[in-house]
Amino acid sequence: MSSVRIPPVLRENVGGQRSVEASGATVSEVLDQLFAAYPALGARVTEDGRLSRFVNVYVNDRDVRYQQGLETTVGPNDTVILLPAMAGGSD
Amino acid sequence: MTSQPNPPRQVRAADAVRLAAEGYRIIDVREQVEWNDGHIPGATLLPLADLASRVGQEVPSLATPLLLHCAVGARSARAAAYLGGIGYTNIANLAGSLADWRAAGGPWDAPEQLLSAAQQRRYSRQTLIPEIGQAGQRKLLDAKVLLIGAGGLGSPVALYLAASGIGTIGLVDDDLVDESNLQRQVVHTVDRIGQPKTASARVTLEALNPETRVVEHRERLTAENVERLIAGYDVIVDGTDNFDTRYVLNDAAVKLRKPVVHGSIYRWDGQVTTFVPFAGPCYRCMYPTQPPDELAPACAVAGVLGVLPGIAGMLQANEVFKLLLGVGETLAGRLLMFDAMTTEFSEVRIWRDPDCPACGMASPFLVAQTEGQRQEVPA
Repeated sequence: MSSVRIPPVLRENVGGQRSVEASGATVSEVLDQLFAAYPALGARVTEDGRLSRFVNVYVNDRDVRYQQGLETTVGPNDTVILLPAMAGGSD
Repeated sequence: MTSQPNPPRQVRAADAVRLAAEGYRIIDVREQVEWNDGHIPGATLLPLADLASRVGQEVPSLATPLLLHCAVGARSARAAAYLGGIGYTNIANLAGSLADWRAAGGPWDAPEQLLSAAQQRRYSRQTLIPEIGQAGQRKLLDAKVLLIGAGGLGSPVALYLAASGIGTIGLVDDDLVDESNLQRQVVHTVDRIGQPKTASARVTLEALNPETRVVEHRERLTAENVERLIAGYDVIVDGTDNFDTRYVLNDAAVKLRKPVVHGSIYRWDGQVTTFVPFAGPCYRCMYPTQPPDELAPACAVAGVLGVLPGIAGMLQANEVFKLLLGVGETLAGRLLMFDAMTTEFSEVRIWRDPDCPACGMASPFLVAQTEGQRQEVPA
């Protein structure tokens, strides 16, 4: 099982957890399992069954865009990080 | 002493200048710190306390004509008496001050004065740091930093930049101080509710450091005004509250080659990084696509812990200092994330995206720019 870090704006879709466990050999498999377990999360960050472009995905500290995308391998001790941009600052 | 064949002569400044010109060996018996503030060129520093142990090596011949001096002539009189006592035969002591020496036309080497006496006192705790020193403080005093937003992130950044002597701080904000701001926007106060945030911040910053010039830009950053606003500044601190502004700022900063220190906050979480155009990734490299509004609420909607912008702002201010001083390693290429709930810091790497529309291979801003160009900040 790998752990998946959930950003604060999406935590309400996983019962408020900061991190959840999911298994899979690739990012794609891990996300499939994650969205099966938490359909509300999947609805938030997928479009037509594909991960929305506004969510960055990292395996440990590496952006999967610069690896094999969703086919990037995930080991049992790896951490997958979902990271959409955060806006707040001034107001 | 009375038995000395050639007792030391007490000479006035004008005579001392003449003796020096004749080739007398000049011995400065002051301390190193005094020497550093200025000294006679060609003199040998031999502090009084070291005289006995070092003079034999420095001046092996007892016949060498010596001209001794200190700050006003007292320590050097003791040194002269000692040297006469151990056998030096031709000793003159400057019985006067170094001001007298200079007034008499004596040569003088003074280090370039980078800071005034008042500045040396005010900033002494940071000029003591080897990486800063007086030269670094001079850079800070000459620096111009623009804060986009005089609110949550802008408040702590502005306070620490002003306190440490940043010469010019520009504030871009068109908002008024609201009671609900005071929980975290620590540059504002109760009695200034309803005032423009830039004006309120200016009062605090000028009270903290009258030497810092605070420039108010009472407007919202837009595609139309962004280049005019940022052009005169060395570093931009992004503490805005919406994506549109962040992308607008990013593109202009890439175009004008301005480093941007980015901070964003949400409830218990913060993110900080530094964008250095064409040397590291930009905001569009990191986030090519913005989330829908419901996934990116501003503090006014989502709430934010008061200390969170403080923590993020401190990290941003730290980045500003490193950029201005040219020391250390910035967060360029690294996104620092912290979780106040668990007090955890973590990082992910961010790369330049070759396909980035702002700074990638097809960037419209790759045409030659005059780097390091500084313009006057409009008053």
